[in-house]
Amino acid sequence: MSADPNTIRVTPNIAAEHGLTADEYAKILEIIGREPNLTELGIFSAMWNEHCSYKSSRVWLKTLPTTAPWVICGPGENAGVVDIGDGLAAVFKMESHNHPSFIEPHQGAATGVGGIMRDVFTMGARPVANLNVLRFGAPEHAKTRYLVGGVVSGIGSYGNCMGVPTVGGQTSFHASYNGNNLVNAMCVGIAPADRIFYAAAGAIGAPVVYVGSKTGRDGIHGASMASAEFNEDTEEKRPTVQVGDPFTEKLLLEACLELMATDSIIGIQDMGAAGLTCSSVEMADKGNVGMDLDLDAVPQREAGMSAYELMLSESQERMLMVLKPEAEAQARAIFEKWELDFAVVGRIIDTGRLVVSKDGKVQADLPVRPLSDEAPLYNRPWNETPQRPLIAAGDVPAPNSINDALLNLIGSADLSSRRWIFEQYDHLVMGRTVQRPGGDAAVIEVPDRPGKGLAVTTDCTPRYCQADPFEGGKQAVAETFRNLSAVGARPLATTDCLNFGNPERPDVMGTFVGAIKGLGEACKALDMPIVSGNVSLYNETNGKAVQPSPQIGAIGLIDDLDRTARIGFGGTQHTILMLGDGVGHLGASLYLREIAGREEGAPPPVDLAAERRHGDFVRGQIEAGKVTCCHDISDGGALVALAEMALASGIGASVAMPHENLPHHAFWFGEDQGRYIVAVEGDGADLQDAANRAGVPALVLGMTGGDALTVDGASPISLGTLRETFEGWLPRYMAGEPA
Amino acid sequence: MKAAIVVFPGTNREVDMKDAFERAGASAVMAWHGDAEVPDCDLIVLPGGFAYGDYLRCGAMAAHSPIMKDVVKKANAGQPVLGVCNGFQILIEARLLPGALLKNASLAFVCRDVHLRLDHAIKPLTGNLVEGDVIRVPVAHGDGNYFADVETLKRLEGEGRIAFRYVAGPGEAESRANPNGSTADIAGIVNEKGNVLGMMPHPEDATGPRQQSLDAVPLFAGIVEALS
Amino acid sequence: MKARVHITLKHGVLDPQGKAIGHALGSLGFEGVGDVRQGKVIELELAETDEARARAEVEQMCQKLLANTVIENYAIELQA
Repeated sequence: MSADPNTIRVTPNIAAEHGLTADEYAKILEIIGREPNLTELGIFSAMWNEHCSYKSSRVWLKTLPTTAPWVICGPGENAGVVDIGDGLAAVFKMESHNHPSFIEPHQGAATGVGGIMRDVFTMGARPVANLNVLRFGAPEHAKTRYLVGGVVSGIGSYGNCMGVPTVGGQTSFHASYNGNNLVNAMCVGIAPADRIFYAAAGAIGAPVVYVGSKTGRDGIHGASMASAEFNEDTEEKRPTVQVGDPFTEKLLLEACLELMATDSIIGIQDMGAAGLTCSSVEMADKGNVGMDLDLDAVPQREAGMSAYELMLSESQERMLMVLKPEAEAQARAIFEKWELDFAVVGRIIDTGRLVVSKDGKVQADLPVRPLSDEAPLYNRPWNETPQRPLIAAGDVPAPNSINDALLNLIGSADLSSRRWIFEQYDHLVMGRTVQRPGGDAAVIEVPDRPGKGLAVTTDCTPRYCQADPFEGGKQAVAETFRNLSAVGARPLATTDCLNFGNPERPDVMGTFVGAIKGLGEACKALDMPIVSGNVSLYNETNGKAVQPSPQIGAIGLIDDLDRTARIGFGGTQHTILMLGDGVGHLGASLYLREIAGREEGAPPPVDLAAERRHGDFVRGQIEAGKVTCCHDISDGGALVALAEMALASGIGASVAMPHENLPHHAFWFGEDQGRYIVAVEGDGADLQDAANRAGVPALVLGMTGGDALTVDGASPISLGTLRETFEGWLPRYMAGEPA
Repeated sequence: MKAAIVVFPGTNREVDMKDAFERAGASAVMAWHGDAEVPDCDLIVLPGGFAYGDYLRCGAMAAHSPIMKDVVKKANAGQPVLGVCNGFQILIEARLLPGALLKNASLAFVCRDVHLRLDHAIKPLTGNLVEGDVIRVPVAHGDGNYFADVETLKRLEGEGRIAFRYVAGPGEAESRANPNGSTADIAGIVNEKGNVLGMMPHPEDATGPRQQSLDAVPLFAGIVEALS
Repeated sequence: MKARVHITLKHGVLDPQGKAIGHALGSLGFEGVGDVRQGKVIELELAETDEARARAEVEQMCQKLLANTVIENYAIELQA
């Protein structure tokens, strides 16, 4: 790039290279009444690309439920904010870093974690828990092992250094992600409910302050890259990937929270995608003001950067703030104490324009409002996803033996232990991790509120979403509800991270629309509004999209941590019951895929009324102290859940199918929804009575005890064998053994 | 008893440490790395974290912080000093303890529970633990692989300065006992005078009612009793 | 004046990263690679123009901070 890109005359071709369509470029000409220069074009392209403008998804996002009496701030800010009582609020969001993590897995994943934590502490919250969702290609694929290793080490390197525990998440493998892995990072923070910080920049004349790391030529056009489909040339994009510096972010966190404890900040915004452009436009737009930026004052890491580069750089660990004028000196002292750059780079002005100067010259002069409000909005054509046929339990062949099928399942890529991953994450720092990774939801104790717990989980079953986006969307929400209920938490709210293919293809857009409708219906029925989120489109390679992956993150509240449940059996001679009932649904199940080798059929339907009834019952029993061991039934069905419960406690069990209405493999491996397994002292009669009264089916499956799992009187499987099988796959795979 | 917990840029387990001392009935104050002196206290604590991002070498830059001159001076004068995880790394870089902490043998960060056996009780820093006690506490580090030359190891052994070693817990495979490849399963050592203890595991995270082990309660209780 | 400091692990100190690199080279088909040791290079720009004084200064830096002489060796290269 030449020293002054603004000498280059912008042509429709250059606009197209910036990802702007001919119509979009025509609209820019109309808005500003002249040809833009290159910096201005760069600003428009950054604001109007999919990542910042949500131009393909906005029409549908608006249909989602986002409010409830306990919601303090819904979508539109850096993160969602929910009242959790006792004067505190939970601030949380999930965001994708898919494309960067495919190009450079370690740094891509690390900066994804860094970005989501900045979103949370920008609002005044101290991050207290991180989660992540990782979807990789088939284990046999040549690149998968390298990506798993890089992504996991990247996530660990950032979260560990920040001192925020990584307590949960999901990891799965499927060939649809071979060329596009998904890395979705979620962060939850805690803030005083009456001290939440927003982006809006108010007072005219107030200083605009840049803090954090210096700006370099990192990731220029990263935001545009995140919305461009991959092709064979992707390897060449490596230099645009940013490198994370968690140490600087840790200092930035401490400095920001120290400043936030004073009364100095009018508005604050993280510089994420499209850096200075996005943050300055959003702050000015939300405050109904303009902004005058002097780029010569921006701390720079490299010499000779142009206005174009400075406005579009995605260097990490930076923030933009608007301060009360009288607070500048105090703020400067705090940032200098933490050895961070602090520079006044502009002022708030009343013209409603963004005026960018450098070298004594105006480099860009644009109206703020149209940059965000007049961003293109598309109601893309979409095709309803065709319904798949229901597969009757009797049409799926039985395995040679239930025992072998169980071992195959728990030793498979998707169901085996994630220990190799979560042991690389510091999941204990802060000392408040009450339930560690490996259970249903992770639970942390709320800082300074002894006995009060926050439960967090992320869920989605992409193979269901592929089979039926609507039911799959419902299921993603329902499973978070179930995982929260299973630890005794009251579900409060959700965040979403919607990962799909190219929305310009009606079939893909149809999966997006279907999933949104399903999410919306479930969030309404389960009272879990969506308060923040992110959309990642164009996740496809050479025209093949990833499985639709509307990932849901959710939080719930536990008023009394002495009344919670864990997945491990609490003792021997406890009665094991299944709450909820099923038809042995094997369509789109892991049994069908792993044992029968078929990816087909409709997914299990989600009955939201039953889901709510069952979840409320289980939670009520936990809150009453009557149930302390509980696990939801999900991937792999009831027997997989039982094996996990046995392994978590080191206590075996003997179980048998309580009726003969179904083929055994359908009962044990069916993935019917809305079900839990609990184990209680005694014969379970009281629990059965209570369940009957609440309209919840409750079936006795057997008893805990011994050091083996015995199913339907077959030969016992020792816990040692179960453990070896469950724990073995991932470490062996990562050590280089064939999948 | 009053503990002064030194905070470096990048320290992140200072609150865990403060909680542990407060639960044991002590008071704890934070001391800033840029200050010239450690505030008046009975015990100096260097907590866990990633001081200076672990850049260059873990603990290398923190060991040259202004406050470390005073820590070294007081340690040499006999004041008790406890360094945990990154704090242990800093004590080594400051040459208050011998040897070096290398990257874990697995080359990966490791966070999980381990079992420690107290081989030599060193008052007051090993608290009320008794020699032979085995406690379950977490580790969380990427560079905890203790290394020392043969001569140093011999001296440490001979002088009874290896306080804690990794051992297999009940039902645990021997191969999983040592989480980082540390020489001779060393988890914690003391200096010649016995007033400076460095250890990789996090006893402070095994003292709270909602943490999954309370095994380190006697350690903190004993320190607090002895120094009160 | 520019200084380049090479820092390597002393012989006898286990170098797991070097071992991993050696292993990876082997599996890529590079035969005949013996011991692999990984180190780091630190480049410094110095105001000092006198070579002897510059060397003495960098020597001090290595002793005090750049190298951990318990486990690491260092070598200094100066360029005018």
